[in-house]
Amino acid sequence: MNKKVKVYGLPTCPVCRRTKKYLEDEGIDYEYLDVSANHDFAKEMIVKSGQKTVPVVEIGGEIIIGFDKAKIEELLKR
Amino acid sequence: MKRIYDLIIIGAGPAGITAAVYAARKKIDTLVVTKDIGGQAALSGDIQNYTGYQFISGPELAEKFEEHMRKFNFDIRENEEVTKLAAKQNNFLVKTDKNSYRAKTVIVASGKKSRELGISGEKEFKNKGLVYCATCDAPLFSEDDVAVIGGGNSALDATLQLMKIANYVYIINRSNSLRGDEIMQEKIKESKKVSILNNSQVIEILGDNFVNAIKIKKDKKVETLAVQGIFVEIGLIPNSNFAVDLNKTKSGEIKVNNKNETNIPGIFAAGDVTDVFEKQIIIAAGEGAKATLSVFRYLSSRK
Ligand SMILES: Cc1cc2nc3c(=O)[nH]c(=O)nc-3n(C[C@H](O)[C@H](O)[C@H](O)COP(=O)(O)OP(=O)(O)OC[C@H]3O[C@@H](n4cnc5c(N)ncnc54)[C@H](O)[C@@H]3O)c2cc1C
Repeated sequence: MNKKVKVYGLPTCPVCRRTKKYLEDEGIDYEYLDVSANHDFAKEMIVKSGQKTVPVVEIGGEIIIGFDKAKIEELLKR
Repeated sequence: MKRIYDLIIIGAGPAGITAAVYAARKKIDTLVVTKDIGGQAALSGDIQNYTGYQFISGPELAEKFEEHMRKFNFDIRENEEVTKLAAKQNNFLVKTDKNSYRAKTVIVASGKKSRELGISGEKEFKNKGLVYCATCDAPLFSEDDVAVIGGGNSALDATLQLMKIANYVYIINRSNSLRGDEIMQEKIKESKKVSILNNSQVIEILGDNFVNAIKIKKDKKVETLAVQGIFVEIGLIPNSNFAVDLNKTKSGEIKVNNKNETNIPGIFAAGDVTDVFEKQIIIAAGEGAKATLSVFRYLSSRK
């Protein structure tokens, strides 16, 4: 059971750093998309999440806005 | 019977975390209830005034705080918001959006949050172009026209960040001149990408799915300004609404004495949520330590 995890974030965003660090500490593989480096990433994130803040975490197609450990664990278990 | 903790700490910013570390070392049976870990400290970009670190980023310092707290084994409930604090029989009831807890003593360390505009469209467009943390989200607005609301240091700081990124920046300032540091003002005034609108007040936020304009009132005239982003920087307010029985200042800061006692014996408070002189990380941390040492004395005297 290996769900794909994506993190949309910004280098300036403190909560993005926390999110990435958490995933790394838990040994969860993820793809990091810097939305400031690529405009398409930003558009993709805004369309998927219907809002305009970072981080956005996508796990198996489901979207979490912000850093929410409990939600991440829940979606990974499902 | 519900478990009765010796101490509940509300909030895990610098004040709450330091209070928790002291509580663990004093072996006080403690629960920490908090919305997030790190508080405002995790939101600041660069910190250059916390002793021992000549330079550290906010998230890094918050991580170090968290590591220190988690070294000890006590209960931490994250992502819970306290909605009520009340005296019940001989102890205190702490209600959250998910649970309720009891304790013999409480430390309120719930800090501050951004003041909201309180105008039409604000709730609807929050996170949909309306932003309260420039450090976090500014780069999402590259190529956009944006408005910064406010005229103090945090508004100027947001403007300096946005000048480098956005297409154009309007500063919407209620008074007749900016208040922030001269150095920042000079840099902003030199920029060709910034207009400063003094004596102006935002009265409505407009958009469909996302923000596309604001209505402002200037000298009794109302005009509409097309913007895709709005950065609200009009100051901070204390998170003290849930503590209805505590004495507060006019601005809502909980009044404490130099032992961090409030008007209710058994309830203590620390950090930015209090009327302590100056709001800084090192001060909040020190206040958290003091609060727990006061709790320790209070509990010992009642054994
Ligand atoms: C952008 C920015 C930059 C800054 N830069 C610096 C700097 O360089 N140096 C410096 O010394 N200071 C700086 N500060 C100030 C510093 O961050 C604060 O003084 C400090 O964080 C206050 O700590 P605190 O623990 O009292 O409150 P906070 O940090 O506000 O923490 C409050 C905690 O309570 C929680 N909480 C709030 N309401 C509830 C509730 N109802 N229920 C449960 N939990 C709740 C929050 O989630 C949070 O965990 C900066 C602040 C900001 C916003």
